[in-house]
This record gives sequence, C-alpha cells and structure tokens, in this order.
Amino acid sequence: MRAYKPKDNVQKKPYYTDRFHKVPHVPKEAVESDEVFAADLEAIKAKFEVLDAYIQVGQMVVFVKPEDNYSVLELMRDELEYTQLSEMSAVDFLAQSNSFEIFYQMLSMNKVKRIRVKMTISKGDSINSVEPLFRSADWAEREMYDMFGIQANGHPFMKRILMPYDWHDHPLLKTYPLQGDEAASWYEVDKIYGKEARDIIGPELRDTAKVDRYDSNRFARLGFEVPKGTEITGNEPEITQEYQEDGGVFLIKKFDRESSKVIDDPQR
Amino acid sequence: MAQIKNRLTPFFENITFDREDNEMVLNFGPQHPSSHGQLRLMLHLQQEQIVKAHPDVGYLHRGMEKMAENMIYNEFMPTTDRMDYIASSSNNYGFALAVEKLVGLEVPRRAKVIRMMILEINRLMSHLFWLATTALDIGAMTVFLYAFREREYLMDIMEGYCGARLTHSAIRIGGVPLDIQDTFISQLKDFLDKLPANIKDYEDLLDTNRIWLMRMEEVGTISTEMALSWACTGPMLRASGVAWDIRKEEPYELYDEVEFNVPYSDKGDNFARYRIYMEEMRESAKILYQCIDMYDDCVKNNQTELMAHSPKYVSAPKLDIMTQNYSLMQHFVLVTQGMRPPVGEVYVATESPKGELGFYINSQGGPYPYRLKLRGPSFWHTGILTDLLPGHYIPDVVSIIGTTNIVFGEVDR
Repeated sequence: MRAYKPKDNVQKKPYYTDRFHKVPHVPKEAVESDEVFAADLEAIKAKFEVLDAYIQVGQMVVFVKPEDNYSVLELMRDELEYTQLSEMSAVDFLAQSNSFEIFYQMLSMNKVKRIRVKMTISKGDSINSVEPLFRSADWAEREMYDMFGIQANGHPFMKRILMPYDWHDHPLLKTYPLQGDEAASWYEVDKIYGKEARDIIGPELRDTAKVDRYDSNRFARLGFEVPKGTEITGNEPEITQEYQEDGGVFLIKKFDRESSKVIDDPQR
Repeated sequence: MAQIKNRLTPFFENITFDREDNEMVLNFGPQHPSSHGQLRLMLHLQQEQIVKAHPDVGYLHRGMEKMAENMIYNEFMPTTDRMDYIASSSNNYGFALAVEKLVGLEVPRRAKVIRMMILEINRLMSHLFWLATTALDIGAMTVFLYAFREREYLMDIMEGYCGARLTHSAIRIGGVPLDIQDTFISQLKDFLDKLPANIKDYEDLLDTNRIWLMRMEEVGTISTEMALSWACTGPMLRASGVAWDIRKEEPYELYDEVEFNVPYSDKGDNFARYRIYMEEMRESAKILYQCIDMYDDCVKNNQTELMAHSPKYVSAPKLDIMTQNYSLMQHFVLVTQGMRPPVGEVYVATESPKGELGFYINSQGGPYPYRLKLRGPSFWHTGILTDLLPGHYIPDVVSIIGTTNIVFGEVDR
C-alpha cells in the first residue's frame, strides 16, 4: 500500500525527529511587567474584549475578536499613539484548527514600543479592511488576499498584487506545494500557445533543480556532450572545448593546449 | 520541434489615446531604465500632468516566504541576499538577528563589531549606489561615475572579506563565519579618509546645480501624516520630519555605544531626501571610525570568539568539529536536520539602508519556519507612489522614483 500523505499541509517535513526531543517555548512574560504595555492593555480592555495578552521578546501580543479589528486599531492610533502599521499578514493554521491567524504589527514612535494585535478567523471568513486608518494596509491587505485568499471588506481595490491576476489558488497556503500545482505548470503554456499545444510542449518544469539523468540536453556531461536524444552508451568521444575563435583575436595570443603545463603535483 | 504559433500580441502600443474624457493612459515600465528594476506604472494623464497612478509590482516575485517554509534556517540565509541586493548583508543581518532573538543567542563582542562594520559598509554602498543611479536618471553622468568609483572600493573590501561583491551572505546566525582579513582595516581607513572629500565633490556638483535643484526642490513632497500612514521608514520618513532611526531608538548590536547623529528634515521633498542620504554617509563614516577603535580593543583584550556558544543551535568552531567527536555529531545534526528553535513568534526590525527591514518568524518548533514574513521597506515606498504621483508631471516621476530608493528584490521578494 502507498504511504498516506496528508493533503492539508504539503510543505517539507523533517525527515527525522528524535523521540526524546522536547519542544521548548519562547518565554511569555506577564503584561504587568511593563508599565507602558500594561497601560495600553487597560485602555484596550476598557472598550474591547481581550482574549489573551502577553509579552514575548519585548513586544506585547494582544488577541482580540476579529470583528473588532478596525475599532481596536483606531483606538490604538488615535488614543494610544501607535501611529504606524508596519506590517500585517496571516498565518495558515487550516490543518490544525481550520483557521487563519491574522496579525497587525503596530509601532509607536513616541513610546518606542511595538504591539502585535492578533485575531483568529475561520476558513472562508473575511475581515474588515483597515485601509481607511492606515494607507499602508492598502497593499498589505492585497498581498494577504493574494497569498491566502482572505478578503478585506471595504478595501478599495481588492485585487492580486504579486501574482498574475488570473493565477489559480493562493500560494502561501500550506496546501499549495512549493513548486506550484497542476495549474501552475500549464499557466504559461496555455497563455502563450493555447491549450491545444499542451501535448506538443508538455508541462513547464517548475523544479529547476531537478536533474533527469537521461536528459542529454540539460544534464551536464562536461567534455562528453552529445546531441539531444542520443542514447547514452558510456563510450562517447571526448570533445575538447575551445574557448577562442579559430582565426584568433586581435592582440590576444592563441592558447596552445599542447605547450601548457598541467600541475598535478599537490605538493608543488 | 515543430514551430508553434504563439498567441502573444505585439505590445508596441504603449499609449492609449481613444478615451472619451481626454485622459491618456501611459504604461511606464516595467523595462524603463529609471524604474530601478521591474516597476510598471500605469499613469493616467491630462496633458503632461498625472491624475492617477497605479503601480503594478510582482515582476520579480520569487516566493521567498514560501521558500523559507521549506528550508532550514541556515539554508535560507543566501536567499535573503536576493532581497535588497544593493546592500545584501543588511538582509542577512536582519534575518540572523530575528533568529537569534527567537532562540536567545548571545553574540560575542568581536562578531558584533565586525557585523557593525559590514552593516555600515553596506549602508555606504547602498547610498553611493542610490546617488549614482538617481543622478544618472536626472542626467548627471559625472556623479554616476564618481559614486560608482567609490562604491567599487567598498565592494573590493567586501570581496576581500567574503568573496562576493553583491550577494555577500557574510553574516551567520550566531555571529560571523570569519575574522576580517589583514588588509580590511587599513583599506577601510584609506577609504574613510578619502570619503569626506568625495562627498564634498558630489555636493559641489549637485547642491547648487540649477538643473538638479529644479528637478529636486518642491517635487515629490511627502507630508508627515502621509509618510506615517504609508508606513514609510528610513530616509523617506526622516525627510518628512520624523527623526526615527531604529539604530538610535531600539539599538541592536553595539549601536548604543557609538556616537552618531540622525539627520532629518521637515521639507519632505526630493531635495530633503537627497540631503539626508548625503548626511547619512558622513554619519556612517563616523560610526565606522569608532568601530575600527572597538575592533582594536577586541584584539587587545584577546576576544577572539566569532560565533555564539550554543551547541543546540550553532555549530562549534571548525577546529573542534575536526578534533572532537561530540562537536562533529552536533554539526552533522545541525547541517542535515537543522536547528529547531522554540515554539513562538518574533518580529525584529532593523534599520537597513532603505528603512525598516522587518522579519516576522513564526516557529512551531520544527526545523523549518512555520511562517516567515519579510517586511521590505521598499514595498511601502512603492505603494506611496499611488498617492504621491498625482499632480506631478512625467519628468518628475523619474526623479521621485529615484529618491524613493526602491529595490525590487525587496518589493516583490
């Protein structure tokens, strides 16, 4: 029987894990250990439900409900001086809990503090766009849609940004293989030559590191090159590579293979 | 193989005229020499004036975040070179620092000093490159040749250190792989002694140049609110009146031990950005002089360690690997399986020459990052063109793209 391979996460897996390996955790500190963060958290808690909050590697992480994202960020910008949205994106936890984690990385330049606002949404849900608050969310949300397929409601231009507009599927999902899926391998063939040319051209080779040892065209047989499609017997004649034109070049002395000295003594 | 007719239509009509509202749509790029890589701008024009700009990016998208999810942490280091390839060590460093913060590594002092020198050399390289290309876009050919000449000296120093001119991979998670070569300090000192005169040359050519001023002053003005809203960082933000430098505010490495100023301006136009790049070069030189002294102290105090000591995450020195059994085993595991950082997440921002370079790493305890988000500052500096370009004229587009200093390896990742 063929071994079962999970379809919900097709990313690379560690080929070996020690049976006794205990997974450590990055320590989480209580929010009370930092005055500024504690005050910020109080202000957020006064108006919104906070599901979890802690400090990790010097930055506060606050979990809020996904429907509050706009108003929490508005409060942080207008009252708590978090004037910049440095980054926002999602993390795919579909295989574990059928949900995405969305994070907003906020920066306060007056307080010199960074807060990460996080929320969990189920598969297929969308979030409110925060583009009216921060223009930087315009491109960030488009990238999130492009990579994960999460829509931002109220966004002025919810289109793909990095991938082609007619690309199939969202590449950063864990279900999406590294070399692209079936649709990806036909994308350029269909686009340039049309579907009817599929049989003639064949799918695009999307793993450029893959070596086919029977492919005499791509595989490097240095010094023993043969024309494409030739049967490899192992008795191919050696072809000496000439690096200079036959007629010679102006002012450049022709390299003479016979009179050159090969240094084969490692102790020279 | 048989010839197959392709369906690509010839794309010589770069301009659409047939619109009712007298608006013209101009495709700027993606092969335009001043688009600094692969930027395509769709510009809606009324006469020569832009009424709507739509930057189209993604022509250099290589899926680095996806690649990171399928690589061990050390394997990903050379990929970061290809983000901001003008100053690749700053990307190496940003990634290394993020992983170090995640696993809690303490880097030896000598390695920190070397890293700082490499970072500042990269900043100088990047700023010189910026000056050269922007001046060339605007037509100042002489400055291009001068600035590239100086950049070449720095590239030679970097080449002597790591063997590469552009894609350095000169920094490792936990330190640096090598001590600097014998000629490094003397060459660097020679360069730094010459640099003020060079910067003065550029300024003599540009500061009072009538054409330069016309193309730069009062063009591409970004207000403070706009810069903050668009998440601008680095020189783009400092030119708009916010003196925010991560090296100063959230110091990493030994930046809290060196003295330097943060130049800023409240003008927000192209010329302010140009001035800030020039002043930052002077500040970088100042930092480098101090780094040379710090390095000499390390040599005097016999601090020779270059990599953090942490057998779980960092391989032992080569001598130990070759002589001691346990070090060899550890090295084998780290190379074949990779380090396994603890479960958790981290966002680390560093001040790259372009602005805030952030690495968000979400680790689930495996040897591959569960999610890695790269925050290239140029991504937002490209986005701001949507709001910045309307109202300007076509020649201004070139100078504005120039001063935003966008690099497409970082935008498209």
